Amino acid sequence: MSRPGELVTIVADGRELRVPAGTSVAAALLGGGVWAFRQSVGGEMRAPLCGMGICFECRVTIDGVPHRRACLVPAKDGLEVHTASRELA
Amino acid sequence: MSAHAGTVLEADVVVIGAGPAGIAAAARIAEAGLRTVLLDESANVGGQIWRHRPGTAHPRAARDWIDRLVLSGATILCGTAVVDLRPAAEGARFVITAERDNAPLVVAAMSVVLATGARERFLPFPGWTLPGVIGVGGAQALLKSGLSFAGKRVVIAGSGPLLLPVAAALAGDGAQIALVAEQAPRGSVMRFAASLWRKPAALLQAARYRAGFLRTPYQTGSWVTTAHGDGQLDAVTVTDGRTSRRIPCDFLCSAYGLVPNTQLARLLNCDVAAGSVVVNERQETSRPFVFCAGETTGVGGVDLALVEGEIAGLCAAGRSADARVLHRRRAGLRAMAEAMELAFAPRNELRGVATPGTIVCRCEDVAFGAIGASWTTRQAKLYTRAGMGPCQGRVCGAALEFLFDWPADAVRTPAEPALLSTLLADAGNVAAGPLHQGVFQ
Repeated sequence: MSRPGELVTIVADGRELRVPAGTSVAAALLGGGVWAFRQSVGGEMRAPLCGMGICFECRVTIDGVPHRRACLVPAKDGLEVHTASRELA
Repeated sequence: MSAHAGTVLEADVVVIGAGPAGIAAAARIAEAGLRTVLLDESANVGGQIWRHRPGTAHPRAARDWIDRLVLSGATILCGTAVVDLRPAAEGARFVITAERDNAPLVVAAMSVVLATGARERFLPFPGWTLPGVIGVGGAQALLKSGLSFAGKRVVIAGSGPLLLPVAAALAGDGAQIALVAEQAPRGSVMRFAASLWRKPAALLQAARYRAGFLRTPYQTGSWVTTAHGDGQLDAVTVTDGRTSRRIPCDFLCSAYGLVPNTQLARLLNCDVAAGSVVVNERQETSRPFVFCAGETTGVGGVDLALVEGEIAGLCAAGRSADARVLHRRRAGLRAMAEAMELAFAPRNELRGVATPGTIVCRCEDVAFGAIGASWTTRQAKLYTRAGMGPCQGRVCGAALEFLFDWPADAVRTPAEPALLSTLLADAGNVAAGPLHQGVFQ
């Protein structure tokens, strides 16, 4: 278990992001300059709107499970995240 | 039910939602010696209002209540999304299917307390789907989830008493607040402030001073008409109905107050009026043994949520007489909540902000122009898929209700997108699995 204040490292689209334990994946990604979380059905890039699990705009793939709401998942060491930003690269 | 036997958590009362109302209810019920299970989708208890930044302490009131909850002996299951809630065929009165750690969890209970809170009301305008446009409470939630706004240019535009404290919180984090725009007219805001403090100017001044953003313009009677940017927000246009101006920014925080989360109550056919779950003086809904407390019964803030939660908890534990001393406090707080709702009602002009190309349903990318004004919510679903995506109309539903005066459509299970294994557990075809047998002790 990580303690408050401790840093954890997640891997977002192959890039390491270090954030304080307890940070949500959504906050970690936005803080890391990720703006395209998912691609909408019409092809637009989307990022978090509600920040609290309602809007489903922050859906990303976490440890291989697609459609996880990044705002509800706390960052943990080694957590692997794939976002729609890959399609932009 | 028989398929669930042996793998079902059994509770006297299940409380859904671990914000202030749910915490107060669960603590009161467990203190009365009843087996209490508290479920919440978030990783921590506290709901939105008591969400706190990683590594920081809870505010005092939150700490007291959370300590009390932990001491009460209630079983607290965070990270648990409720997918279905229905009357049980036998044994318990209700059966709740949830998803936790990507696996199903089934709870059987004799009574239910719904404390599902509220969400923000988002109204569509051109550009509102751009990354960088977030909610007002959304900004606060992201801040408390560890996002830094330091050095970011932020416009806050929408409605309600949340705008100023969020501006203060973001400014405190180092954001440059370019503008706080409140759509309600100055007179309404002042009358509301007066109803609270008798000294409206002092209230605003105090809020602005505390925020350390004394020079930040707080503009009433103003709203956003467009968010600009190519793939990412870079500016907004704000109008007061006469003149418009463009303001560069990195984030726009925009929402028009809160709307109660009534989905689970409606799954149980509890009466809903004016968007809020109807309760009697015991906080019991139109369906016996189903109680409801907090924002779900009408948006009123943390103090009202706590007192309603206590009353719901006491009554669910069969101690209605003990709850009577709390009635007067509840009545006073409810009167304040009604004044707030009147003061910050969204203005008519906001109905004219969306253009035909503006997306209304963000899940299914349905444009405003694709929706017929003479339809019903159901027709909009059938013809365009508006409201049929993963959020199940939680965002566009309130917008359609405001734009077209359409009442909400019926709710169906699953209440949230769920794994097939969860749906199978819900159907009673597959036992919930041994994984969770040890959770409830």
